[in-house]
Amino acid sequence: MNTAVEIENVTKRYGDVVALSSVSLAIEDNEFFTLLGPSGCGKTTLLRSIAGFEQLSQGDIKLFGDSIVDLPPNKRPVNTVFQHYALFPHLTVADNVGFGLQRQRLPSHEIASRVADILEMVQLGSYADRLPSMLSGGQQQRVALARALAPRPRLLLLDEPLSALDLKLRQDVRVELQQIQHDTGITFIFVTHDQEEALTMSDRIAVMSEGVLQQVGTPRQIYEAPDNRFVADFIGDTNLIDVQVTQVLDQCATCVLPGGASIACNNMAGASVGAGHLSVRPERVTLGPVDGSALQGEVSRLTYLGTDIHVTVALSDGGKMDVRVQNSDSAAIPQPGSTIGLYLDIAAARLLVD
Amino acid sequence: MRKPFDIKRYPGFFPITCLCLFLLYTPLIVVMVYSFNDSNSITNWGGMSLRWYEEVFYGVESQKFKKAAFNSLSIAICAAITATTLAVCAAMAMLRTGVFRGQTLSFALINLPLMVPEIVTAVATLVFFSAIGFKTGYASILIAHIVFCIPFAYLPIAARMQSVDATYEQAAQDLYATRFEAFRLVLLPLILPGVISGFLLAFIISLDDFIITNFVKGAGIETLPTAIFGSVKQGIKPSIMAISTLLLLLSVVFVTLSYFVGRKGQQTP
Amino acid sequence: MAQIGSSARSSVKGGTFAGLGPLLMLPSWVVIGFFLVLPVILMLVYSFLTKEFRGGVIWEFSVNAYDQFFFNRGLFGDEAPTIEWTYINIFWRSIWQAGLATVLCLFIGFPTAWFIATRSGHSKSMWLFLITIPYWVNLLIRTISLKFLIRDTGPMNTWLMSWGIIDQPIHIINSNLAVQLGLFYSYLPFMVLPIYASVERYDFSLSEAAADLYSTRMETLRQIIIPVVKPGIIAGCILVFVPSLGAFLAPDLLGGSKTFMIGSLIEEQFKGNAGNWPFGAAVSMILLSLVLIALMFYARSQSSARKATRAAD
Repeated sequence: MNTAVEIENVTKRYGDVVALSSVSLAIEDNEFFTLLGPSGCGKTTLLRSIAGFEQLSQGDIKLFGDSIVDLPPNKRPVNTVFQHYALFPHLTVADNVGFGLQRQRLPSHEIASRVADILEMVQLGSYADRLPSMLSGGQQQRVALARALAPRPRLLLLDEPLSALDLKLRQDVRVELQQIQHDTGITFIFVTHDQEEALTMSDRIAVMSEGVLQQVGTPRQIYEAPDNRFVADFIGDTNLIDVQVTQVLDQCATCVLPGGASIACNNMAGASVGAGHLSVRPERVTLGPVDGSALQGEVSRLTYLGTDIHVTVALSDGGKMDVRVQNSDSAAIPQPGSTIGLYLDIAAARLLVD
Repeated sequence: MRKPFDIKRYPGFFPITCLCLFLLYTPLIVVMVYSFNDSNSITNWGGMSLRWYEEVFYGVESQKFKKAAFNSLSIAICAAITATTLAVCAAMAMLRTGVFRGQTLSFALINLPLMVPEIVTAVATLVFFSAIGFKTGYASILIAHIVFCIPFAYLPIAARMQSVDATYEQAAQDLYATRFEAFRLVLLPLILPGVISGFLLAFIISLDDFIITNFVKGAGIETLPTAIFGSVKQGIKPSIMAISTLLLLLSVVFVTLSYFVGRKGQQTP
Repeated sequence: MAQIGSSARSSVKGGTFAGLGPLLMLPSWVVIGFFLVLPVILMLVYSFLTKEFRGGVIWEFSVNAYDQFFFNRGLFGDEAPTIEWTYINIFWRSIWQAGLATVLCLFIGFPTAWFIATRSGHSKSMWLFLITIPYWVNLLIRTISLKFLIRDTGPMNTWLMSWGIIDQPIHIINSNLAVQLGLFYSYLPFMVLPIYASVERYDFSLSEAAADLYSTRMETLRQIIIPVVKPGIIAGCILVFVPSLGAFLAPDLLGGSKTFMIGSLIEEQFKGNAGNWPFGAAVSMILLSLVLIALMFYARSQSSARKATRAAD
């Protein structure tokens, strides 16, 4: 496979503030790649650096092997779907979509046919002569996508394009976006702070925090094998238990839980003797009798979620654990105030160093 | 029944508003009415007539006033075009180029003509022209007008540009537009209502000016206000009231124009 | 007014036309720098030169112009200096007239601006339209119209006499009252528009919250509304006070010899042969300093208002 984008040691400073700190990353051709992180993590800065709107303080960005950092935005074969779309309010839908083609000095009959084709693709053929202000939010989003795709860029950047849509529409658009990416074969870099969006749509995800790349991997890797506490905590819900690692032998670590019970864990992101953290997803913990359990605590709260019941357990050492119990007739639902034992699914528990 | 409690209503504000409009309009309306007076005396009413308008256009002084009107309009158009162009550049420098050295000072400089009292600007410009040996006349009036029109053109243009998100220009650049194309095809159309307001404001301010023009014009050239002022010094004549009425109507046309431009501007975000 | 430009900068990172700032600014720098800043500096220099009879200056340093403004040294300049009141009185009269005009404009202008800003839809546009027209009408024509109206034999006196309200014409023209009326009339729209803009942005739920907390209308006005719209009020006051201070048309057309104001004093020094350029320049510089003091007061109030809104964010 070809590498579409190589980001090499990219650093961006605004005065004393470091927005990106030595980020290195390779994105494959034809990939749906997502930059995920909380707001202010640097994901949008990285996207804008690729588009050409930010000057790097350090580092290089290569597009199919050629460095693009010295090119102005209008010379980069890269297009962007902006967060609030930035559709030109004074131009019709067709003129918006044809804007990039006109700047590339294509013959007018070709512009007309390509605009018509792409509007057809996003199902807005009959809206060509409308102004953007006359369209709904979902339609505007599709015009923005069509406008960015029309010049057939080698790379498409999407800056939280779904954030302005309501929930129902967002779910439809996700499927549509994946389909379009598949059909056009263009590499997508998608920025979002919504982990569900990232997990459902992406081929690979890069998780960022405070300008630093935390982990790159497939959605499954990110969710099931987080590299560190930040990733484990940010993606989905998790319980982080402070443990003491007493021994590491052959990819198997012996951990002592707060209650004194000791377990063997072979799912780890590098471990050494000393303090560690055990990450266990709430759905991977089961409730049972106190005797023979790894941890014990008192049920402090039950939250009804429909398909699941969320049980919060206060541990004897002051910590707390979240447990998800499926809502079925057979499931034993504990009473608040009762003392209960917790059983960890060791295969799904991941030992993290930091 | 008690009126419903309205938080925005203050008793007495409505009569004061009426008083305010009454004070502002009475002199204007009186002059307008008396411009149609058939009598030779400006005090007594002698029936309706258009004779003073005829006098303005065909009377003994008509040549003088036509010349003055031509000067006023041509200076106002040239000054407004130049000032608007400079103001667009200045607004881009202030709002779209990031931070540069001397930006705060530049902002003060743009607004300086608003801060210096008109009479001081007037005598200073006169003294300056005479010191550098610049011959006073049409050109000196035009230059002085450009200077004080710049801040008036700048205000609506900058206000408009501030409300236009810079993302639009970035989107244009992303779609292969050069910086100049991003300006011409995206930013300029979006700030156009502000540019037109700025132009109209500069135009009317130039047309309105008496004090500065009066000092820098030199002998042998008149604009409409200086011609009217010279004429009024010998007493108010009915033909002056006719000219005033015409200028008043021109102002009404301009307010209407700028009102519609402003309303159109509000439709596109 | 002053916020435009300075506060927006932070919102645009880098900017589309980054690096072009000085180039785009250059034409304005040249025009304003050469034809306004240089002339004002030249005036400052002239105010320290020696006067030449028949207008003009001799390039010899002298503080005579300022000396003449403040001190009286007798006809031949050899007596012990006493304070010269003539010019100070003219300044005092100008400040008093301008201040009074500002207060009057505020008392009429604030309720008007409030009333217009609280209308809705079409009715607001119509009121605003009505108040804007006089703002755009030539100042000279408005002053002439006022003069025509209030002359001894003008329509006002004729009507009042014919209705039997007065026996004799009220003599207003050529008095301080006429000048005051002229200043008030000239600059009233300048007071209404900035206050209107400020009230437009006023959040009326503040009034509701005040009423909810047992405040009467007048208490709300005094304790909530006026402090919140204060930047607009101060802007309006500056826009009335500054041009009134240097006004030329109103005192010249409506006033007489007893109503001499700063504008006319300066004008007299540069027109005709009796002129004294250094003295005129000195008077201009003193006027300019007064205006700059007023503007500094304005800038301070604006920046503290901005700080207050920022703190509230």
